[in-house]
Amino acid sequence: MSVLGAALRGELTKARTVRSTWWSLGLAVVLSVGLAALISLSLRDNPVRGSGEWDPVMMGYLGLTMGLVVLVVFGVMVVSAEFTSGTIRASLAAVPRRGVLFAAKALASAAVAVVVAVPTAFGAFFAAQTVFGERGVSLGDDQALRAVLGAAAYLVLMCVFATGVAMMLRSTALCLGILIPILFLNSQGLANMPAIRAVTQYLPDQAGMVLMQTVHRGRGVLAWTDYGPAGAFAILLGWTLLALAGGYVVLRRYDA
Amino acid sequence: MIEVEGLSKRYGDTVAVRDLSFTVRPGRVTGFLGPNGAGKSTTMRMMIGLDHPTAGRVCIDGRHYRDIVEPLRSVGALLEARSTHGGRTARQHLRWLAQTNRIPTGRVREVLDQVGLGDVADKRVGGFSLGMSQRLGLAAALLGDPPVLLLDEPVNGLDPQGIIWLRTLVRGLAAEGRTVLVSSHLMGEMALTADQLVVVARGRLLADTTVERFVEEHADAHVRITTPDPDRLRSVLGEAGIRVADDADGSLKAHDVGVQRVGELVAAHGLVVHEMGLRTASLEEAFMRLTGEES
Repeated sequence: MSVLGAALRGELTKARTVRSTWWSLGLAVVLSVGLAALISLSLRDNPVRGSGEWDPVMMGYLGLTMGLVVLVVFGVMVVSAEFTSGTIRASLAAVPRRGVLFAAKALASAAVAVVVAVPTAFGAFFAAQTVFGERGVSLGDDQALRAVLGAAAYLVLMCVFATGVAMMLRSTALCLGILIPILFLNSQGLANMPAIRAVTQYLPDQAGMVLMQTVHRGRGVLAWTDYGPAGAFAILLGWTLLALAGGYVVLRRYDA
Repeated sequence: MIEVEGLSKRYGDTVAVRDLSFTVRPGRVTGFLGPNGAGKSTTMRMMIGLDHPTAGRVCIDGRHYRDIVEPLRSVGALLEARSTHGGRTARQHLRWLAQTNRIPTGRVREVLDQVGLGDVADKRVGGFSLGMSQRLGLAAALLGDPPVLLLDEPVNGLDPQGIIWLRTLVRGLAAEGRTVLVSSHLMGEMALTADQLVVVARGRLLADTTVERFVEEHADAHVRITTPDPDRLRSVLGEAGIRVADDADGSLKAHDVGVQRVGELVAAHGLVVHEMGLRTASLEEAFMRLTGEES
């Protein structure tokens, strides 16, 4: 345990001592909260159609995608920068147990992501609800706190997921080429095609949406799912653990 | 002590290291010598577990590297100079390394001063010259004050003063009783630094011996004679039962004979000689001879 703790300290120092960590993650918070306010402003006066249509918490998170992009890039870079800079050799010499090194790396990703995700999730919520005014909700309302924590969990898990995928692929370009379409283009297109919705609803971005909703969208509505928030959390956790397991298998066999 | 036993590494169809066995002992500098591509770096990477051997094993003081807890305190390695993110400062790079092995952070300052980087401790590594990167790599290797040191081509990028400094440092580390393995493709440098030699070419062990014995065994000592009439000299020496060979530039090489006897023969036959002298091969020649025979 102390070996892992020492490795984790080293990883956190590595993350802190790269300038891009600071400005990119700062940008993530600012963009997400700022967009939450702007998007809410444009949605504030929309007429309510069905009872399930007005979901002010979810609407506050439409701009979260920007923060998600930054966190995913961070999760990828934590790993891929080691390979492009050659730091991986120093890392493996210092921590030769590859499982320990990778665990430390994943934990460092998660820790940084928590620091970014919690203020982002709460900040976007309060920004949006302030804009919505009377049509908004408060943190004490049904499902609201759960959805805010869900948004934070979604950000953190996707950052760690990206770290796992990056260890499998080891190339920044390849990783982002795969992750960006899966995580960000899906919702707008492919995932909503009725013929494949039964399968695509299990993709990570779809589960992430469910975590941030306060009103469940059952079959028949756009972007429906067969599972609720608990299921969504399990699905995201599953994707993350799968990516970490894949990354570990690759790292264990890797010749530096 | 480093024990290499039957070590092999294959990358696809290429065999980088072939059934290599040798022992590196403490208290002296062992030179790991071979031409570029001989498998030196691959062997050293396998020593610290960066590469997985196809066969065989390496033990450092009786243990596999990956089984050593806080290995930087036991083994210091300089493998490739550029192995850190260019955005970090020298101090930051050493700090995270120290943290992973719970080395007191005071050591960071000490090793930076020791390698002469004290003044640039807070400069970004991306702006370092190759020589400075090499020094930072050395600082990283020395960080845990380890009894075993592996240095792969440490003189790369160092200026002449730096090379002399490194030689003194390396010899000092061995004199303190540490196990020191230094690889190089520069024979002259090894002759000045190493006590023991492990010579490899094409992934195979060619010699594991002391520097003196290596020169003795593989250097070909001879009397070298430059004359305008090599044909006559050749027959004169041949008649005297002396083995003669042609040197590359048209001079002759007389083997297993003293310079005095050759001089007497030359005088007795009234031959013109422009130059004559005893040649003992350098480590470099011995090395070229040995690796040349292999390829």
